[in-house]
Amino acid sequence: MQTIFATPEQGKEPTQQKSDMKILVCISKTPDTTAKIAFTDNNTKFSGDGVQWIINPYDEWYSLVRAIELKEADPSVTIHLITVGGADCEPIIRKALALGGDEAFRIQCEENDSYVVAMQIASFAKSGQYDLIFTGKETIDYNGSSIGAMVSAALDLPFVSHATKFQLNGNNALVTREIEGGEEICSAALPLIVSCQKGMAEQRIPNMKGIMGARTKPLKTIEAESHQAQTSISNFDLPPAKAGVKLISPEQPEELIRLLQEEAKAI
Amino acid sequence: MNILVYIELNEGKLKKAAFEAACYGGDLAKQTGSTANAIVFGETNEDLSTLGAYGISNVYHVINSATYSFDARAFSKMIAEVVQKQSSDILIFSNTITGKSIAPQLSVMLKAGLVTGAIELPKTSNGFTVKKSVFSGKAFSEINILTEKKIIALQPNSYNVSKGEGSAQVQSMETSSPEVKVKVESVQKVSGEVSLTEADIVVSGGRGLKGPENWGLVTELAQLLGAATACSRPVADVHWRPHHEHVGQTGIAIAPNLYIAIGISGAIQHLAGVNRSKTIVVINKDPEAPFFKAADYGIVGDAFEVVPKMIEAVKKIKQQA
Ligand SMILES: Cc1cc2nc3c(=O)[nH]c(=O)nc-3n(C[C@H](O)[C@H](O)[C@H](O)COP(=O)(O)OP(=O)(O)OC[C@H]3O[C@@H](n4cnc5c(N)ncnc54)[C@H](O)[C@@H]3O)c2cc1C
Repeated sequence: MQTIFATPEQGKEPTQQKSDMKILVCISKTPDTTAKIAFTDNNTKFSGDGVQWIINPYDEWYSLVRAIELKEADPSVTIHLITVGGADCEPIIRKALALGGDEAFRIQCEENDSYVVAMQIASFAKSGQYDLIFTGKETIDYNGSSIGAMVSAALDLPFVSHATKFQLNGNNALVTREIEGGEEICSAALPLIVSCQKGMAEQRIPNMKGIMGARTKPLKTIEAESHQAQTSISNFDLPPAKAGVKLISPEQPEELIRLLQEEAKAI
Repeated sequence: MNILVYIELNEGKLKKAAFEAACYGGDLAKQTGSTANAIVFGETNEDLSTLGAYGISNVYHVINSATYSFDARAFSKMIAEVVQKQSSDILIFSNTITGKSIAPQLSVMLKAGLVTGAIELPKTSNGFTVKKSVFSGKAFSEINILTEKKIIALQPNSYNVSKGEGSAQVQSMETSSPEVKVKVESVQKVSGEVSLTEADIVVSGGRGLKGPENWGLVTELAQLLGAATACSRPVADVHWRPHHEHVGQTGIAIAPNLYIAIGISGAIQHLAGVNRSKTIVVINKDPEAPFFKAADYGIVGDAFEVVPKMIEAVKKIKQQA
């Protein structure tokens, strides 16, 4: 096994791109990772009280930044951002525009069911003729991991999930993806849908110019298509609290091992 | 009703997650008075009839040119054909990388409501409700599936495997061989490693270990325990360890039987990915480290002194065994 893991420097490599490429980046709003998880309405709704909202980290750090890198390598690239949700998503999409992207779209729709959200994105993407659609590998709230694959089925476009690297060679993409216990490099012709995770790009912080510029970038609201939800949330529940830690003296790690074997029956 | 379980192979071998999915499907069949069948893609040396001991009645084995490498779109199309042929109502997948890239496709293709990351059998007495973990393990949610056809992707390490009696009927099945549009060019496997999401025991290291040169402590303890190795996010960020070992809210969520955290502070984002572990052990020199609040057992001490002694103690019990 290797012990040194080299930094992927894909962002700096010259990529041979097809010109005038159109990329659609899916952006989702999630509670901040330190947000207190609490529920209201008889435990049927997440309580947004005092919660800071952020761009879903996978969407921001990996898929959006990788799209921006592709545009930096070739300014003829157009990046569109799409979010499905209410008006409360707008600060999030402005924040995304501050990092990069040319134009944003919000589909006015309650984002309760992955299927309905994916159908909205699919129908938008179809009319936009995108060469590439990027999503994050999952959202950190509902952990659904489904949107990219659903859009792929709806549009009958090839899909590569859990991508850790992405490179273009003309009309062909070379994508490294995580597999059980390793990595796989695959190739596919555009148009293509990719779900992105760690490795794709390095997190960026928007600069002043980006933040100012984002204010005037176009953000269009679009009416949702009507689709029947396939699921509904019945309730939420918090895990039971831990009983408390049993501390063992640092002089006696063998006692810890004994407890793990005899009491916890874990080894 | 008719349940179809997608059985995942890893390099031609049945994975632990596959047995979990088989048992889950078999138990759901018992609960609903139906049968559970399985579908397997690609060549294998395994005796697939053994799936019968885990609750499976028939195994449909598909081998064609599209099953040799993984293209999510092609696999989904073939599964949809089998579902049509067998009139399956409920599909079970493992919520692995593979499952996550095909189950949602079938949800669209079959108009079947989907729950990914299920951790229990559904409640079927009044509707059809599946429990899953949300907010990366910080909470649970019960989801109603409203459609006639249903799809569940079972979270690895969440369902007990129990082996009974019986043998499944194995039959090869023909499907069309859809065009493979995502071509696998090369595969790099880190062999001999225990898969992180399936591991019973995980030994994990944080920034407290000071540098990659000290990881021998983690890997040696892991090897002795037959454990997988993991790490905190900053450790992967500075490339002390590979990205795929990063656990937490923005990494992999795991639920092993035993999680041993060495030199990890226990930030909320880290806990999110590991707090479904059955037993948590924390080794940290700071008694105020937040991880102790989430732990079952702890040692307040210097990892460089404590872990070598733990390794000796494990060696001793392994010798006695
Ligand atoms: C949006 C967001 C998402 C994040 N997602 C994740 C995630 O998915 N996973 C994740 O892990 N983090 C995540 N983080 C980072 C997280 O907040 C913490 O910074 C991180 O988990 C800390 O890693 P650590 O415990 O290894 O390092 P530190 O916080 O530096 O802790 C090191 C610990 O080692 C102990 N120590 C030092 N020396 C010794 C010694 N000799 N012996 C024993 N103990 C010692 C110290 O007491 C300390 O508790 C995220 C952060 C943000 C903002």
